Amino acid sequence: MPVIQVDGQEYEVEAGKNLLEACLSLGLDLPYFCWHPAMGSIGACRQCAVVQYLNAEDERGRIVMGCMTPVTDGAIFSLSGDKARGFRQAIVESLMLNHPHDCPVCAEGGECHLQDMTVMVGHRDRHYRGRKNTHRNQYLGPLINHEMNRCITCYRCTRYYRDYAGGTDLAALASRDHVYFGRHSDGVLQSEFAGNLLEVCPTGVFTDKSLVHNYTRKWDLQSAPSVCVGCAMGCNTLPGERYGKIKRVHNRFNAEVNGYFLCDRGRFGAGFVHDERRLQYPGLRNNDGRYDAINHHEALQYMDRACAPGKVAGIGSPRASVEANFLLRTLVGEENFAPGFSDAEQPLVELVLRLQQDSRALVPDITTIESADAVLILGEDLTNTAPRIALALRQSVRNKAYEMAAELRLETWQDGAIRNLAQDQRSPLYIAAVADTPLDDVATNRISLAPDDIARLGNAIAANIAGQPNADLEQPLQEQVEMITTALAGAQRPLVLSGTGCGSTAVLAAAGQVADALCGNGVPAMLCLAVPEANSLGQALLTGCDAPGLAQLQQRAASGEFDTLVVLENDLYRRGSSAQIDQLLGAFQQVLVLDGLDNQTTSSATLALPAASFAESNGTLISLEGRAQHHYPVFQPHAERRPSWTWLLACMKEMQREEVRSLHHFDDITRACAATIPALAGITAAAPDHHFRNAGVRIPRQTHRYSGRTAMRADISVHEPRQPVDEESPLAFSMEGLNRDQPGALLPYVWAPGWNSNQSLHKFQAEVGGPLKGGTAGARLLQSGIGAGPGTFTAPAPFKAEPGRWQLVPRQRIFGSDELSALSPGLAELVQPGFIEICAADAQLLGVTEGDGLVVTKGITKGATEGVTTGVDNTLATLEARINDSMAVGCAGFSVGLAGVQNLRPLAPVSLRRAEGWQRRSPELIGSDRDAGPGGTHV
Amino acid sequence: MLKAMISQLRTIWTILQHTFTKAETVQYPEQMPYLAPRYRGRIVLTKDPDGEERCVACNLCAVACPVDCIALQQGVKEDGRWYPEFFRINFSRCVMCGMCEEACPTNAIQLTPDFEMCEYDRNNMVYEKEHLQINGTGKYHDYNFYRVTGLAITGKDKGQAQNEAEPIDVKGLLP
Repeated sequence: MPVIQVDGQEYEVEAGKNLLEACLSLGLDLPYFCWHPAMGSIGACRQCAVVQYLNAEDERGRIVMGCMTPVTDGAIFSLSGDKARGFRQAIVESLMLNHPHDCPVCAEGGECHLQDMTVMVGHRDRHYRGRKNTHRNQYLGPLINHEMNRCITCYRCTRYYRDYAGGTDLAALASRDHVYFGRHSDGVLQSEFAGNLLEVCPTGVFTDKSLVHNYTRKWDLQSAPSVCVGCAMGCNTLPGERYGKIKRVHNRFNAEVNGYFLCDRGRFGAGFVHDERRLQYPGLRNNDGRYDAINHHEALQYMDRACAPGKVAGIGSPRASVEANFLLRTLVGEENFAPGFSDAEQPLVELVLRLQQDSRALVPDITTIESADAVLILGEDLTNTAPRIALALRQSVRNKAYEMAAELRLETWQDGAIRNLAQDQRSPLYIAAVADTPLDDVATNRISLAPDDIARLGNAIAANIAGQPNADLEQPLQEQVEMITTALAGAQRPLVLSGTGCGSTAVLAAAGQVADALCGNGVPAMLCLAVPEANSLGQALLTGCDAPGLAQLQQRAASGEFDTLVVLENDLYRRGSSAQIDQLLGAFQQVLVLDGLDNQTTSSATLALPAASFAESNGTLISLEGRAQHHYPVFQPHAERRPSWTWLLACMKEMQREEVRSLHHFDDITRACAATIPALAGITAAAPDHHFRNAGVRIPRQTHRYSGRTAMRADISVHEPRQPVDEESPLAFSMEGLNRDQPGALLPYVWAPGWNSNQSLHKFQAEVGGPLKGGTAGARLLQSGIGAGPGTFTAPAPFKAEPGRWQLVPRQRIFGSDELSALSPGLAELVQPGFIEICAADAQLLGVTEGDGLVVTKGITKGATEGVTTGVDNTLATLEARINDSMAVGCAGFSVGLAGVQNLRPLAPVSLRRAEGWQRRSPELIGSDRDAGPGGTHV
Repeated sequence: MLKAMISQLRTIWTILQHTFTKAETVQYPEQMPYLAPRYRGRIVLTKDPDGEERCVACNLCAVACPVDCIALQQGVKEDGRWYPEFFRINFSRCVMCGMCEEACPTNAIQLTPDFEMCEYDRNNMVYEKEHLQINGTGKYHDYNFYRVTGLAITGKDKGQAQNEAEPIDVKGLLP
């Protein structure tokens, strides 16, 4: 390791780093703007200037940029010398020439890197007497606010947006002091990762639009370590609360899960926490179908009476915590507990778990995904199902560039040089999907195929890699197989991705085969499989692979086995057609539902209990890589809202059940779950329990500058209550405690003296860009790469497009396909109307153009009349037609989760015809167009 | 003996002398003392010279307050101005230190020479925005934050604030 001298002091630093990284890792404060740990150096802002001396005799030295200077053994630098300090001060002064007098009305104020750096260099007086340049702002969509006057032209935004995230619609325009960062014209930023601009921009050019209109400064936000519930990725987040509302969600660094970035679904999708449809009180349905608000004692007594006879079935939820699901499973009994998947989804998720357990391939985390040098994606549209993986894949294709750089002995942080060197040469990334995906622009090739053909393609690749080619594929496909085989077999770290997104078990199995075949060749291949929801994999681990499904519960209820159903945080009307779910709920005498928001299921309940959201409760969620992660309450739930585990535990205590006698705290449930379920034995390691103290004190949720403590409630009473005590976690609802040197899972906010912005993160990292000092949060439950192999797999028969008949394939959307995130006002504006996608030839055949209506009916063809009853209405849906020529022939894509698609099932054969008198729909979610129904609503 | 007596008499004489000195005690409240304009008493929120609310809800007063007795929530008016949706000072906690006034970047929050804030019920010491807002500029008559800041509001476009140039035409071809 090289030894460098900084201001007369010798330091040992890591080789291959630049001086700025080295200084920050050593804890020395060196100001910077354009450098970013995830994006490397370009030396644009000239802020990190230091003086480098030739040798010990050199007294003059020369100014160099810290971020562009490699650390070499024996190098001598000065950070604090007058020349360097004067230079840095002059740079800030020149950057501030046109900076407006905005800080009081700027949403970045108080967490602004520009403020921090200005104070750090000691710049105070503006000597320039000329007039300030001004710019007009642009409308960049409902999520991001643009205030171009504040720009200091560090180029971080375009480097992030274009180079890192692959966006095309934000660019640097004009030249010299006219430089403008924006779009060609007003419009919504197209990238799914645009929200990271808020954190990447060192000042207030890009700010959170919803926050700007209901603003709270960073120091006034109460926050706790949380986990995003938008998809199964399990990105670590920091929601900030004030006055009972989640004001914003920031990224919480986790080196192995999400690094520095979140997707827009995660960042802007927590608005449901204070949606007006949230339930406040337990509602008991009275005789005329309305709900009476009751208190929790009455509710628990009712639950006790309903559950005591023992004929109880339970439906869990892949979006609820492991602990809540475990308690419900304990309440109703293992064999009466359905994990809460739809009948189509359950085998898919179970197969994902089996494949990951059995595979010899490694289950990768985000850093290993970024290190992959050849990638094959089978059937999954990752940008819309597990967006953070797609962002990582955009970095993985740069491994070719890093190889080229290594030949020229360029350091990896030389970002500009490496991008110039590689131009558009990329590592191979092959995608086989039902239609185009947003990753196509970095893919070597994308092939549109029907799901069965994707599986056949995967199978043929696996056979080819294993050296036993089967030649039953058509000629053009066979060529693709050869190319993909060559790419994967020639790679050091090949990665195969798939998921439940296209609804086909055959595709998943094929992905398992390819990864296993690569492992058979002795290559450390990786297999990454996406599942739909935050705790989908946790549900599969909890129930194992032969849990009852919804249909089975219904049959057993109809036969009189059950009379009570308990539904945990699950809107069943998203899990099957309305008729099916009506039938299921109708088979029970009473239905008890615990959920946060009023939905069609709570409106069909006999008793609805208000459940706390992720931001108000403890919980363990298991991400798609099998990582158990703990989320903590950010604030205390209002009214009679309680975490689901509290409701269920209290109910079982009321029933005097033996199993819960020794359970008092949340941690007791986690431990009981780990002890009962061998597959979940590792969850207790996800985070420290509630006894943990950091140097004897708790970890504060509030910053030490948290204001208004004696006035916030003064309108109710001047007699201030004691701060609420958190008995379930080592965090405190107060500003007292120590936010330093704690385990990585317990980081509630980042702040360090002199570093008010999120750039203070490096003070919490073991080294800049590396894992947190307290270790990476979460515990991996899947033992990676020790399986015996997934066994044999027979590829399905080739898909044959028949005239007049289409196969339905799911088209996932980042905004709207999941249940909760699109309830946020900002995202709701971006939700598209439900649609059916067909290729142009099919559209011509059907006589429809873009925007026309299409009626989807059960598939009727000669010979195949399965499930079709003549004489009744076989219409499944009427949706807007979209023409997409990349759609696989014979397939019709439907928008998952959007209004009007309740009755559509993936891979079902359907017929299409033009709808007469079609009116274009407005953007809506499933359930938002329903009428009050027989149950009425809770609002 | 004699020495002690002289001491006693001298003391009585000194006390008697005070009978003719001017009394320091003021007959408050009949007689009001003079308090300088910068005296630190009851807090008010002022308006700018154009009669608009000066407070932009930046939260600096709240964070400067050593007893945390200021709470507010920002909102945005239709014309683009930031303003406090509510602004609450709990005077039963306030120590009249004036840190809020020092922190205020818009001269909105000011302390006044009024200190007469006695109440029988402590809850009446909680002042909301309507109790704090006055209809004048207070001690600082000329300052209008929105004439200085770069934020555009209705009636003041980009480039119209003090010392600002016209907005740049990004698509212009001239060098």
